[in-house]
Amino acid sequence: MSLESLHLWIPPSVLWTFGAIVALLVVATIVVALMRRGDAGKHVELAARVNSWWVLVGVFAVALLFRRGIAIGFFALLSFLALKEYLSLIPTRRADRRVLFWAYLCVPIQYWWVWQQWYHMFLIFIPVWAFLFIAMRMVLRGETKDFLRAAGTIHWGLMTMVFGLSHLAYLLVLPDGKPAVGAHGAALLLFVVLLTELNDVLQYIWGRTLGRRKVIESVSPKKTVEGLVGGALTTTLVAFLLAPVLTPLTHTDSIAVGLMIGFGGFLGDVTISAVKRDIGVKDTGTMIPGHGGILDRIDSLLFTAPLFFHFMAFFYF
Amino acid sequence: MGYLLRLFFYGVLVRLVVLFVLGLNVRHRERLPKRGPAILAANHNSHLDAMAMISLLPLRLLPKVRPVAAADYFLRNKLLAWFALNVVGIVPLNRQRTHDKEDLLAPIAAALERGEILVFFPEGSRGEPEQLAEFKTGLARIAERRPDVPVVPVYTYGLGKALPKGEWMIVPFFVDIFVGEPLHFDGDRIAYMERYRHAMAQLALEEKHADWT
Repeated sequence: MSLESLHLWIPPSVLWTFGAIVALLVVATIVVALMRRGDAGKHVELAARVNSWWVLVGVFAVALLFRRGIAIGFFALLSFLALKEYLSLIPTRRADRRVLFWAYLCVPIQYWWVWQQWYHMFLIFIPVWAFLFIAMRMVLRGETKDFLRAAGTIHWGLMTMVFGLSHLAYLLVLPDGKPAVGAHGAALLLFVVLLTELNDVLQYIWGRTLGRRKVIESVSPKKTVEGLVGGALTTTLVAFLLAPVLTPLTHTDSIAVGLMIGFGGFLGDVTISAVKRDIGVKDTGTMIPGHGGILDRIDSLLFTAPLFFHFMAFFYF
Repeated sequence: MGYLLRLFFYGVLVRLVVLFVLGLNVRHRERLPKRGPAILAANHNSHLDAMAMISLLPLRLLPKVRPVAAADYFLRNKLLAWFALNVVGIVPLNRQRTHDKEDLLAPIAAALERGEILVFFPEGSRGEPEQLAEFKTGLARIAERRPDVPVVPVYTYGLGKALPKGEWMIVPFFVDIFVGEPLHFDGDRIAYMERYRHAMAQLALEEKHADWT
């Protein structure tokens, strides 16, 4: 069976990049196996984490490769899971049970705008329409105790888990308006997701090997200046090398984007850490062995996805 | 035919709702019974409680798994009775005696005799969402009759938020299900209920859950 017979909608550069990711995972798996040699009780969490990476990469590849519609649907599903994890974690009021139903309904609607490539609606639906509608729905219920906290937390969830994440899906339809730019949406999406997740791993590795000075101890005691800077700079280097393959970015812009993803990813990570610390939990869930919940894995993307999207939209489309 | 319907109900519909619309965080799954007779004794907040617990058990056990449910509620009209008995597969339990000699626990004893795994709610009714009512002593009476049958305490959180009493619309929430160590009867009903209460309180402490008001 040849590749053509699969009718993939993605360009070869995306396939090559996935090939490189698989090679990276093979190396990681071998390194972890060597580290655990002789004692299966060692580095159990690390091994679980690498195993989960295989599954995550596999699911992401299947979601992305075949059809644009499948890929958009995949991110709608991801938003649903993330929003559900968030709304299950935070204290909600009994009076808002049905309000939460409306919040969930925003997920398919928001992704419908993406599928329709209705850019204006994509941009304002949650910040304006959902914001006003949820407030109206809540106030008509008549419960004023903790009203502001409830309205604020529900809207914060919609802005991050639905609006923020849906920027990834909009990358998939972005170039359609201006084919002259010569970028493929799936390549842009892979670029930002790969760099964001790689940045997480790199900051972890730099922090574990060289980390000394705490960067923001009250929120995330394990994060260090060395991890942050080392990770962000390595990510910037990878961005510089990978940009010509997957994006229309110039050399200067690719450095700017690399720095933006490096530091933006860190901010997304510690923001969700702050939420968890506020609520008093360690992980947001148990869905991904070795990582925690969905939110523990996509926290950095909550910042990098809209940042990267609007950088591209402003300078290239 | 009846079994196929039940297989479709639990294998497809219930699992779709419980595992996808909701989503379970299960702890100590290995403590669940591998075969009957056994009793899962849980707190009760929602019609979804029994559904969630039955989804934890493998489908091959389905012919042997039944929730114990109030006859006065689930058999109140013909259509509901048909659905409850044939699709949900409840063991109907009368909560009030109709005559002095009536043995209310007889249907449960018979089910255990058949080697079934029963889902049982010692509180007796769903009550206020996410609030624990008093555990009734029916559980101890069953344990006294069948001291050989393991009773597994199961603590659930979140199902009362997803579908509380008096609501028909399910709102998605992740649900925590914590399974306790099996209890065995030691000759004293009051002490037994105290041990059950303690086991449930310990399970509830495994995670910090915000009040739901």
